[in-house]
Amino acid sequence: MFPIHMFHVAALSAAIAILSLASGPLSAQEHFLTVDDITVDITGKTTKAMGVNGGIPGPILRLQEGEEAVIHVTNNAAKKTSIHWHGLLLPGEMDGVPDFNGYREIEPGDTFTYRFDVRQSGTYWYHSHSGLQEQAGVYGALIIDPKGAEPTQADQDYVVMLSDFTDEKPESILRNLKIDPAYYNYAKRTVADFFKDAEAHGLSATMQDRAAWGQMRMDPTDLADVTGYTFLINGQTAEQNPQFKFNPGDKVRLRFINGSAMTFFDVRIPGLKMTVVEADGRDVQPVPVDEFRIAVAETYDVIVEPQEDRDYTIYAGSIDRTGYARATLNNGGPVTATIPEARPRAVLNMADMGMDMAMGDAMPDDSHHEHKGEHEHGDHKGHEEHTAADHERHMKQMGETGTYDKGDSHIDHEPMDHESMGHGAGTKDPMDYSRIDHSQMQHDMMSGSAMDHAPMGHGDMTMDHGHADLPSTPEQPRGWGSGFPKDAKVLSYADLKSLEPNDDLRAPQREIVVNLTGNMERYLWTLNGLKYSEAEPIQLRYGERVKMTFVNDTMMSHPMHLHGMFVELDNGQTIHKPEKHVVNVPPGQSYSVLITADEVGEWAFHCHLLYHMASGMMRKVVVAQMSAEAPAQ
Amino acid sequence: MSFFSNRMRTVLCCVGLFLPSPVFAMDDDQVFYFIGAEIDAADADEGTLVTWDGNAWAGGDRQKIWLEFEGEALGDEVEDAEIQLLYSRPIADFWDFRAGLRQDLEPDTTTYAAFGIEGLAPYRFETEAKLFISEDGDVSFRFEQDYTIQLTQTFVAIPHLEMNAYAQDVESRGIGAGFSDLEFGLQFRYEITRKFAPYLDLVYERDLGETASIADNLGDDTEEFTARFGVRAWF
Repeated sequence: MFPIHMFHVAALSAAIAILSLASGPLSAQEHFLTVDDITVDITGKTTKAMGVNGGIPGPILRLQEGEEAVIHVTNNAAKKTSIHWHGLLLPGEMDGVPDFNGYREIEPGDTFTYRFDVRQSGTYWYHSHSGLQEQAGVYGALIIDPKGAEPTQADQDYVVMLSDFTDEKPESILRNLKIDPAYYNYAKRTVADFFKDAEAHGLSATMQDRAAWGQMRMDPTDLADVTGYTFLINGQTAEQNPQFKFNPGDKVRLRFINGSAMTFFDVRIPGLKMTVVEADGRDVQPVPVDEFRIAVAETYDVIVEPQEDRDYTIYAGSIDRTGYARATLNNGGPVTATIPEARPRAVLNMADMGMDMAMGDAMPDDSHHEHKGEHEHGDHKGHEEHTAADHERHMKQMGETGTYDKGDSHIDHEPMDHESMGHGAGTKDPMDYSRIDHSQMQHDMMSGSAMDHAPMGHGDMTMDHGHADLPSTPEQPRGWGSGFPKDAKVLSYADLKSLEPNDDLRAPQREIVVNLTGNMERYLWTLNGLKYSEAEPIQLRYGERVKMTFVNDTMMSHPMHLHGMFVELDNGQTIHKPEKHVVNVPPGQSYSVLITADEVGEWAFHCHLLYHMASGMMRKVVVAQMSAEAPAQ
Repeated sequence: MSFFSNRMRTVLCCVGLFLPSPVFAMDDDQVFYFIGAEIDAADADEGTLVTWDGNAWAGGDRQKIWLEFEGEALGDEVEDAEIQLLYSRPIADFWDFRAGLRQDLEPDTTTYAAFGIEGLAPYRFETEAKLFISEDGDVSFRFEQDYTIQLTQTFVAIPHLEMNAYAQDVESRGIGAGFSDLEFGLQFRYEITRKFAPYLDLVYERDLGETASIADNLGDDTEEFTARFGVRAWF
């Protein structure tokens, strides 16, 4: 009896095994990664760094949609490590974020095997999510080939992974920033700049400008917290000049990945139009552009079709203009393409302070108190529930964008969709356009009310200056998104349309407002005024559809990254909202996304500027099945 | 560094402070430390004047422990020397509240309770205001402010001001009630690195009010101008 029973069980298991082999995802080749302590010489100096499989960046990991990915990660380094698959849809415990979903850091000498079904295709990347190891070199490209054919066939296919390398220890960088937040800023405004501005714009306007910034205790030159970087493409310096071969007439796919810790790049290929076909791994309807600004952790795939029998420079300048990464599209001949001249560095303006809106009507007092209350008492309920005051606040900020500079059309006057606003509990009155007086938008820019949501200060600043912004000039562009040539088509979020229609067309059931907050003087970066370690997680019901609105109260741009799920940009599209895993929110601006909470788990949600995350600009987002009933529809 | 951090955490806990321990692998509440000082020398009327002013701190975003030290020596005699041990925490975006003890070593060993605010005033004036209550009950007030003018990216001019006031006479020190002294200086600093910068500090000091009268009666100088050469360094 007993042996026969055993036989049955064995037969059954064998049958199941065979069946699952036949119907389940194919487990193709297994992948092996090691995280290593290495020494590198990138700047002419030998430096201790970390890498993957001995290199910076690590190898290009190529997966196949539909297969089961099996990736063995061995920690050969002295410190604990982790690898996170940036942008991938997978079970939480495979996401590689320490202490999320029970995932534990990989101890030195240990191997962790990641196994997950590959449910997507496109250009992604991987990196350590432990400490500051990403800056030290633990990152690489991750490319997933689609099950079917690529919508755009290319003759050549190259990964262009941008990154910022430094000989400094990442820990020292964070410490220096905590001690002196302007430690790395060597582009402060000097006495000579004052006279230059006075000559160009008059003494009184210049003094007003300086007074406005002084009164706010802000620095308009803070475009990048960290400098001293050597910028790399696929681990190679501009001098090394990596070569990408093509034959004239080829369609060349370039998979741009910004694997930097802190650096935004402006990317262009002089002489070539680039057609953006994929953003953050998701296919989009082709957008021809001259250039694009790539935020930290974003990816863009572009197609270029060089016809001439010559070479072309791929140029990625850091937005603080301290350097560039460069590669060459090579037709097989010698390198003749020149490196474009660096453009002048922008300074920030009042629009970047969220102050260029000047609505006539004052903001209700309670919105201010609520904001303060949140800040001081850590009452996170306030930001989970959407209030009329919040609504007004970001409507005002939306309104402001009409005056925004060319090149940052990220939130150019998109049509607001009342139906999709999803007023959650606490909403007192629906959005009312009549309260927004566009006629008043151009003057009285810094009324006291506008200061309420100004960066970093809460209430103790009142402005009595007129609009102090000096005009942008070709020599001195002003505004975070400025500095592009007038006739250049620069990619904006508003240009992105998903190739396939969206699956979930439901209106959001509620809105979550996330204030991107911080204090540059203290190098303290927070969400809703609280650091990660001080805040409760954001709770989402499985299956629910939410709108999340980022209100950037700081002077820096924050590339906000949600793990585990794509977010749809609320960029004016109705059924072709582009899906992204990183949403860049420029200084002083607000931006909304829609989320379908269809992945159960604990998901990290953070600013992808490494030292901002390390300072606390992060949250846990929990997607939980709230009851045994079917998911909310 | 990590050893130091852990030890600092222990030390701080011993002082009876609450520092949240990292529950998460992502530790956004690390303990950092800082040690920095300016020391300079000048040719004064009565010999070589050496002054020093420095501080050290350890802590995180929400609280810190400070050790401040300053003083001056003329010839081979230390004329003034004090140290302060302070606890600080933010009370506003740009302001910290600080409280603790001040111990004078010279000209006499007086102990004070110290508290005040420190931060960045509008128009970017680095500002510090402190109230001291001595063991004898004497109350005094000290106000310091400075402003950085960026001549180039690495060459800065820093006008600075210090003022002291007393609520009562302090006879042992020849101080009269009211504003007692004022120091105004202009420092030119060249940052070879952010952490190491030689400087020239042109400093004008004078006694004020009753304190000046007392000095006058004793035949002491009530004002002095010095050109101080020094270095500023931090680690």
